[in-house]
Amino acid sequence: MSVTAAGGFSSTTGVAAAADATCIHCGLPAASGRRFCCPGCAAAYETIQGLGLGQYYEQRVLDAALRAPRPEPAERWDLARSVTTRPDGLHELSLAIDGLQCGACVWLIESVLAREPAVAQGRVNMTTRRLRLVWRGAAADAEALVAGIERLGYRLVPFTVGALTAAQDATGRRLLRGLAVAGFAAGNVMFLSIGIWSGGMGPATRDLLHWVSALIAMPAIVYAGWPFFASALAALRQGRTNMDVPISIGVVLVTGMSLAETIAGGAHTYFDSAVALLFFLLIGRVLDHRARGQARATAEQLLTLNATDVAVLQPDGSTVRRGQQAVAPGDVILVGLGERIGVDGTVERGVSSLDASLVTGESLPMPAAPGTQVFAGTLNLGAPLTVRAVATGNATLLAECVRLIEVAEARRGRFVVLADRVARRYAPAVHVCALATFLFWYVAWGASLEASLLTAASVLIITCPCALALAVPAVQVIATSRLFQSGILLKSATALERLAEVDTVVFDKTGTLTEPVLGLQGAPDAAALRVAASLAASSRHPLARSLCSAAGPVPAAEDVVEHPGEGLSLATELGEIRLGSRAFCGDPGAPAAATPELWLARPGVPAVRFAFDESPRADAAAVVARLAAMRLAVRLVSGDRAESVARVAAAVGIADWQAARSPVEKVAAVEALVAEGRKVLMVGDGLNDAPSLAAASVSASPTSAADVSQTVADVVFQGSRLGPVTALLETARRARSVMRQNLCLSIGYNVLMVPLAVAGLVTPWLAAAAMSSSSLLVMANSFRLRARARG
Amino acid sequence: MTSILYLLLLSLGLGAGGLALFLWSLRSGQYDDMDGAANRILFDDDPKK
Repeated sequence: MSVTAAGGFSSTTGVAAAADATCIHCGLPAASGRRFCCPGCAAAYETIQGLGLGQYYEQRVLDAALRAPRPEPAERWDLARSVTTRPDGLHELSLAIDGLQCGACVWLIESVLAREPAVAQGRVNMTTRRLRLVWRGAAADAEALVAGIERLGYRLVPFTVGALTAAQDATGRRLLRGLAVAGFAAGNVMFLSIGIWSGGMGPATRDLLHWVSALIAMPAIVYAGWPFFASALAALRQGRTNMDVPISIGVVLVTGMSLAETIAGGAHTYFDSAVALLFFLLIGRVLDHRARGQARATAEQLLTLNATDVAVLQPDGSTVRRGQQAVAPGDVILVGLGERIGVDGTVERGVSSLDASLVTGESLPMPAAPGTQVFAGTLNLGAPLTVRAVATGNATLLAECVRLIEVAEARRGRFVVLADRVARRYAPAVHVCALATFLFWYVAWGASLEASLLTAASVLIITCPCALALAVPAVQVIATSRLFQSGILLKSATALERLAEVDTVVFDKTGTLTEPVLGLQGAPDAAALRVAASLAASSRHPLARSLCSAAGPVPAAEDVVEHPGEGLSLATELGEIRLGSRAFCGDPGAPAAATPELWLARPGVPAVRFAFDESPRADAAAVVARLAAMRLAVRLVSGDRAESVARVAAAVGIADWQAARSPVEKVAAVEALVAEGRKVLMVGDGLNDAPSLAAASVSASPTSAADVSQTVADVVFQGSRLGPVTALLETARRARSVMRQNLCLSIGYNVLMVPLAVAGLVTPWLAAAAMSSSSLLVMANSFRLRARARG
Repeated sequence: MTSILYLLLLSLGLGAGGLALFLWSLRSGQYDDMDGAANRILFDDDPKK
């Protein structure tokens, strides 16, 4: 995503050359002869030039796949909830940024904030796409500061750092500090060891070097080895064993022996082996942690950007924006046109139509009037509604879904990751092997205690699952970052392994196989469509958005007036152009149509009708065919009516479909498949899919999905295509094969070296060198995944 | 013998200095935003500040 940014600074022309066709500010199409697509962009350009930051336009590079920096009608957020006031009187706020295109955007935002006298610190983190704002003065000044950035075309959403994130960050830093300490100790101790091994010194000098090594190594081993010791102790206390047990025993044994040798003035110590071992193991841990952390951070960002505030109506008639959690039962909320309803409740005032596809799977809008029950996640397509929030009892749909999710997740059980499965068999074998070696040399052969212990220790070091510990995390990091670059976010660290085993894919229909927005039906008159789209471009109404995406890039008309619940109008020299409902466009007595529609009325021309219906995603049929070619069974389970399900199933080529399934029946269908022993990938977006997402072996959701579904899903993918589903499965399978190669490599190396170690032919330092080379081999093999994926 | 001691202390001191610098840079959050750091080096200095 940000990879291209460095290249962007060198391409400085682009913008000026294409100025007659595209908006100077946001890069979207503008009317010919105009420099801007809309007044918002013109204002943003003026602001930037006024501040003397015009070089932003020369330095930036726009990525068409990301949100264009076009200023939109600002959403109002309850910022006070997220502002924290520090003891020194400064206020602090974290915001998630949408629309960050490249390094130049970071520069622009920071430079604009630096010109605000009140701002003490305004820093953008490009990796996590967050802005940290610290300012003096009143806490309420946040509104003005945020609005200033929003006018430049970015979307800002307040972000609250969770306790889990903080703990995760602390663990990550602890591991990295351990890595640094182990690296320092390994380097220095090894340096001293080279001197000792090369010989030619008296016993006094050797003892001095041994003591110095011990002084460096002992604290480093305690500090850097703590994560392993703690984990091994925890496992042993529960009567289990894990990979950390042989590591801890090996390290402690080697260190203890070396210390005894040092005190006794012996000839050999092996502190270098112990610290080098920890150094390599910590690399694996840091990589593993990074993969998990990145997956979680991106998921959080996504949920933050999708969250909506609710407008709560006060007794005096004004509205206050509040977070969804802060709405109490009995509150009256106002839901504007094109807004999602944030609560379960009943309609008090207003007549409109609602898009409940995320909740029920029904693709066609349902009418709403006073008394209608509505659910969180429903989209208001028409006039503003007043909704009274219902008591948050167990009867709400959300509560029902949460209950189903909990039951399904409990049933899924704990998935044992590949590395652990290997380690469970591997660890006891290693211990038995080392013990047998010791007994053989000490008891049967009659060797000295020291020599026997030394041989046993070299067996432990040789078999130390160092490469084994790197084998899986290295592949995970590479696969995760590669998927992330193509807009696929792995939220669970074990998702990759579970994905590789999938043999059945179950799709939801509405919003998953079909576009999340309704598509234009038929082939309307192209000229009419262009005129309609130029009006629709300035509206946030879902049908207007659908019309625009069907028309392709069309410059927005200026001075369009929006009539809530009716449509849009534009005054021209010839007369008024209207786009909206049938009644609004001059046919007041007409009955409501069965499917959503828009009418375009132009002076002197008969009105044109645009009909909308759901349409399959552009690549849905190709993806289904590709999945079938990968020998996967593909099914469709939907909550919608049979005829529309049958139509979509036929269009994309799925023979096995079920319609009119309630959330409970959907879970049952998925669980029946799991009970057959199938590994099911569930792809769904609705609130009604959330329980079945939890019930499946692994699950994926598009970013247009309901919040609950995105929270439950293991994988979230961006964009309007289904292609990520196949990319995901292919990458997972490739990653699994590389993981297996890595495990084979490291186990094969052990099989080769262990007999030598048992026979006492390998000294610990040679074992350490061999171990390092096997780790490097495993890392190199993992990077093949990246090379192949790029090529 | 004493020269070895000096050299040992010198090399350990250098190593420990490097370690301390790294730990300081980690603590001050310089590894929190690797993508940003790669881009920031290309920014021009703000003329007014």
